[in-house]
Amino acid sequence: MNAITIRNLSKKYGELTAVDNLNLDIEKGELFALLGLNGAGKTTTIKMLSCLIRPTGGDAILLEDSVNSNPQAVKQKVNVSPQETAVAPNLTVMENLELMAGIYGKDTKTARQSARELSLRFGLDKILGKKAKKLSGGMQRRLSIAMALISDPQILFLDEPTLGLDVLARRELWASIKQLKGEVTIVLTTHYLEEVEVLSDRIGVMTCGRLAAVGTVEELTQQTGKENLEDAFVALSGGAV
Amino acid sequence: MKTMLFAGRNTKEILRDPINLLFGLGFPLILLLLLDVISGAIPEGANNTMFNIENTAPGIATFGTAFFALFAGMLLAKDRTTSFLMRLFASPMTAIDFIMGYTLPLLVMAVVQIIITFAVAGLLGLPLSFDTLLAAVVILPIAILFVGVGLLCGSLLSDKAVGGICGALLTNIAGWFSGVWIPLDLIGGVFKKTAEALPFYHSVEAAKAAGSGNYGLIMPHLTVVLAYAVVFYVLAVLAFRHKMRGDKA
Repeated sequence: MNAITIRNLSKKYGELTAVDNLNLDIEKGELFALLGLNGAGKTTTIKMLSCLIRPTGGDAILLEDSVNSNPQAVKQKVNVSPQETAVAPNLTVMENLELMAGIYGKDTKTARQSARELSLRFGLDKILGKKAKKLSGGMQRRLSIAMALISDPQILFLDEPTLGLDVLARRELWASIKQLKGEVTIVLTTHYLEEVEVLSDRIGVMTCGRLAAVGTVEELTQQTGKENLEDAFVALSGGAV
Repeated sequence: MKTMLFAGRNTKEILRDPINLLFGLGFPLILLLLLDVISGAIPEGANNTMFNIENTAPGIATFGTAFFALFAGMLLAKDRTTSFLMRLFASPMTAIDFIMGYTLPLLVMAVVQIIITFAVAGLLGLPLSFDTLLAAVVILPIAILFVGVGLLCGSLLSDKAVGGICGALLTNIAGWFSGVWIPLDLIGGVFKKTAEALPFYHSVEAAKAAGSGNYGLIMPHLTVVLAYAVVFYVLAVLAFRHKMRGDKA
């Protein structure tokens, strides 16, 4: 069963077409990686799917609700971890988690319980009373993802979740994301191809607002006649090297 | 519920920053004490009542609310630039939740600041009465105006630009053209006309009128402040809703 069904989805800003007639199906529980060079349309696609911006054409159905006709219902089912570490800096880890739980309608008791459970899962349990601005970059990213998960989303958008993290912090975060596989449908954007190979079930490569190819790592390498994902990605993105 | 949760978060963000407390509460009190010292140093024979506590207290209580433009603008601009706002835009929160969530805590803080300023003025000799309470209420429209200016700037500008405009520029304009430090009648000319065209002087005069029991003088001055407050607050709401739609390349 599809979690996300995208049909002819487009976004134009005046003369500029950021996303051009996108058609894509993502299955429930799948971890789908969206790849592309800067300006390929990945973030615009995620913003349309998470109802942050309205499409100028086409539609996307997320678990039976349309981003065009029922964005409020879509918002209850999805959550986003933005590119930057989007945390409230002067709030503690616990307060950040409780805030997001409350905004998605959880009562105080349930919010607290969910916050404790997620803090254990993401290794934040020892620093619940620490202000978010005092955390390391890696810990802030973990908190940011935990804040996205506290609403129990059925679909999670991770926009470059490991950007700027050191190798250890990145690997720790991968482990946390792996735990979610099968349980939550995840759409991930990243520039790290190693991350895609470790985490994703399928990959979509976007170029100039269009979906150039979709498939598993093996399918994409086969399709392009290349030996590895990086070469396949370069070929699909229009690179000559 | 969502409004109150967000308002609670904003309250914590502001109050946990010691610089905010210093400027929001400390600076008006320092000014009050300083002007009281100046007033005490003026010989009685000089017949200069400008720095009497009856004149300075409403002026400083009014001027103190100018810092709420800075608080509102900085908080919103930082939320925008760190993508915290993007996370919230993806949630089921509505535009009303956001606007009220940013506004309510600042207005409550403004009320507390005004009350503390008048209470300290009371210790320095200001007779406290029902009229003092009325003066505090009369100051609220300018506080709403400042919050509106802050939200407008925070919706459109970076936090650095907000610091310059709402911090340095606005507080100076509000201070100089309020008539609290400078006697406008003595300077006259373009300076006085500019002050009369802006809301700051009118807010101080309305508060002075309320504090001294001259009720008939309140509304002519307060009408100007209310007009500015409505215009800037509506502009702030429109700018915020525009950002919320996010329709830019």
